[in-house]
Amino acid sequence: MSQPPPLLALRGIGKKFPGVTALAGVDLTVLAGEIHALLGENGAGKSTLIKVLTGVYPADAGEIRLKGELVRPASPKEAEQCGISTVYQEVNLVTSLSIAENLCLGRQPGKGGFVNWPAVRRHARTALARLGLELDVDAELGSLSVALQQMVAIARALDLKARLLILDEPTASLDEKEVGDLFAIMRRLRGEGLGIVFVTHFLDQVYAVSDRITVLRNGALVGEYLTAELPRLALVGKMLGRDIAEATHATGGTATQTPTGAPLLAARGLSRQGALHPLDLEIRQGEILGLAGLLGSGRTETARLLFGIDQRDSGELTRDGKSVGLHSPREAIAAGLAFCSEDRKHEGILPNLSVRENLIVALQARQGATRPLSRAEQDKLCDHYIRALRIKTASPETPIKNLSGGNQQKVLLARWLATRPALIILDEPTRGIDIGAKAEIEALVAQLCADGVSVLFISSELDEIVRNSTRVVVLRERRHAAEFTGTDLNAPRVMQAMAGGHQAHD
Amino acid sequence: MKPALQRRLPLIVTAAVLAVLYVAAGLNYDHFFSLGVAADLFTDNAALGIAATGMTLVIFSGGIDLSVGAVVGFTSILVATLVEKKGVPPVLAAALALGVGTVLGAGMGALIHYFRQPAFLITLAGMFLMRGSAYWISTDPTGLSHPALTKLTLWDWPLGETAALKLSAVVLLAVLVAGGVIGHFTRFGRNLLALGGSEQSALLMGLPVASTRIGVYALNGFFASLAGLALMLNSGSGNPRDGIGLELDAIASVVIGGTLLTGGRGNILGTLLGLLIFGVIQSAIRFDGRLDPAWTRIIIGALLLGFILLQRLLGRLGRRA
Repeated sequence: MSQPPPLLALRGIGKKFPGVTALAGVDLTVLAGEIHALLGENGAGKSTLIKVLTGVYPADAGEIRLKGELVRPASPKEAEQCGISTVYQEVNLVTSLSIAENLCLGRQPGKGGFVNWPAVRRHARTALARLGLELDVDAELGSLSVALQQMVAIARALDLKARLLILDEPTASLDEKEVGDLFAIMRRLRGEGLGIVFVTHFLDQVYAVSDRITVLRNGALVGEYLTAELPRLALVGKMLGRDIAEATHATGGTATQTPTGAPLLAARGLSRQGALHPLDLEIRQGEILGLAGLLGSGRTETARLLFGIDQRDSGELTRDGKSVGLHSPREAIAAGLAFCSEDRKHEGILPNLSVRENLIVALQARQGATRPLSRAEQDKLCDHYIRALRIKTASPETPIKNLSGGNQQKVLLARWLATRPALIILDEPTRGIDIGAKAEIEALVAQLCADGVSVLFISSELDEIVRNSTRVVVLRERRHAAEFTGTDLNAPRVMQAMAGGHQAHD
Repeated sequence: MKPALQRRLPLIVTAAVLAVLYVAAGLNYDHFFSLGVAADLFTDNAALGIAATGMTLVIFSGGIDLSVGAVVGFTSILVATLVEKKGVPPVLAAALALGVGTVLGAGMGALIHYFRQPAFLITLAGMFLMRGSAYWISTDPTGLSHPALTKLTLWDWPLGETAALKLSAVVLLAVLVAGGVIGHFTRFGRNLLALGGSEQSALLMGLPVASTRIGVYALNGFFASLAGLALMLNSGSGNPRDGIGLELDAIASVVIGGTLLTGGRGNILGTLLGLLIFGVIQSAIRFDGRLDPAWTRIIIGALLLGFILLQRLLGRLGRRA
């Protein structure tokens, strides 16, 4: 019996960027009438794969077949003409125009460049009706919730002869009810024989709506699985690249003493719509509190709320038992906090300024512009930290962009250490730096802890977080999921908590 | 508030302000309520109105064009010099001027698009270029005496015994209608709004961003030249100083008309209302005779500020809804 070719077959897709192999030998098969989840942690290659599929990047190797036919989309428009439509997390519509107009822009009915408005409205109503939506098509798109805007985007994507719909993290900013509405629409479209590629970080959603799963890691294919046959823990193991059996012998390293002191910083019911459900968190004097969780679990969101970068909707923060506002990074710094962002390039370094200028900027900001650090003080601080952290730089006056990633990270650490913080938040401090520098940064963190500084340590590397933390809090789906200390703190247990679900002992 | 109503609120407020100004002036000054005064609003502000229509379309796309006034001055002196001193037929001279305006606009649009430069800077350069060229042609005004031009200057369309529309006013009305059709009933016009609303989205929707952007600056250059011709006919002479600051008055009319300066939202009807507000204040001050004409600009300044704040407020309300 010869089977008809699948709706979409990607075979051996490879993509190299200068210095990085983003994808190598990746396959993806999507059938008509299925919802296919595409999963992987940071750097797995999901977004590169989608960009290859939608014609944003050309593939270096491999082939794309739609219903057995070879296609090679060179632009998003060509991909759409082949029947591949994409809806991104950021709604790519024009909020100042009406719903009808957004559905028809670029393909309005009408002759000779003129727009036939009654036909536009009729067309828009039909497109919305397909998704079971009844909206005033003359309303401005910006007056709708993000969820409804997303659905309008889906309606637009389906408007052409779409056969494959790619939903790239469509649920990232939706609440639970809205996610439910979206799922209803996805199931409806699946029933119509559409193939849907669903990218998300939320495992609950994967299990709620998808039929099959493809997992990527480090730009390579891990495997393709039936959702019903892949237990949650096994899925997380595949995403993190760890075998459940082999994971058992990694245990807590520095977790010898369990700190019991009063909390240095405590959060009660800290929350923000679309970012974090109410969370209680205590960070004690001189401990390294690890914050573990999958991508999108709310780790960075927690850090940003604590440091006052984003405003919390509710919740109370106390520093040494006294209530504090921490509504801005300025207040947080004044309260003795420091924050090293995961996005070193954009939120960390000032690329064109020298190592010295990068290093003193936080301390100078705290002192205020009226009390400038003298050049002698600056040089002294620089010499001290360049030696203490073994920063490899030609001179303190070298622009920081010329340093390696690991050394840039050390300068950023020094920037915050110079303010003598009581608590330093490190968000992915070892991402994208070489192994030697990683070890040095880990040693530095341990040293800080020994000196009585508290550290909130965020990392997506399971071993790293278990090895370095005195206590680990696991977040899952933007909630507190579990907490481990002492002998309880080991990789399998943390991984299980990250995965969640109900198979506690498999 | 219903979304449709909220969307039109800036326009409604502009219309109300115009009505209040017009009625107040009519009640205070004898003979203000007459067809002649109304027709003169269009004639006296023909150049401003033509320029403001083009500017509206540019602002739809999120752009700005500071070269408009300079193109007006350039066109005015170029055509007058060619016709009066070089013996070039008026039709040819006018066509040449319109061509120069269009090509200059397209060139600026291309530089803005392909070199990713701010429209402000490119058109500022265009402004210096054109004003300088105008002075290079002649630093002194040239009176029109060619029979065809004098005939056009004197031509009018009678609207009754005491009122008439001059040619420039007729051109203004035609341009307003054309601008309205382009802005609201063509793909090009809707693409302008999409581009002004979000360039990223416009690209991902597969809209022709490059040709739309270059096209709107070309169109605006054409309208600016046309405004120059209108001003030349109205004043009966070509003057390289014509249109100094006209682009700023045009921008003010557009914004008072409810078009968002950052692009993506607006309408031509609003620009007409903004233009008439300009005209009514000017006429009222002329009727009064005691007030300094400088008050026109002071009042316009206050209105402009009020409308900008109103838009900001509406924007906030809209997000909250």
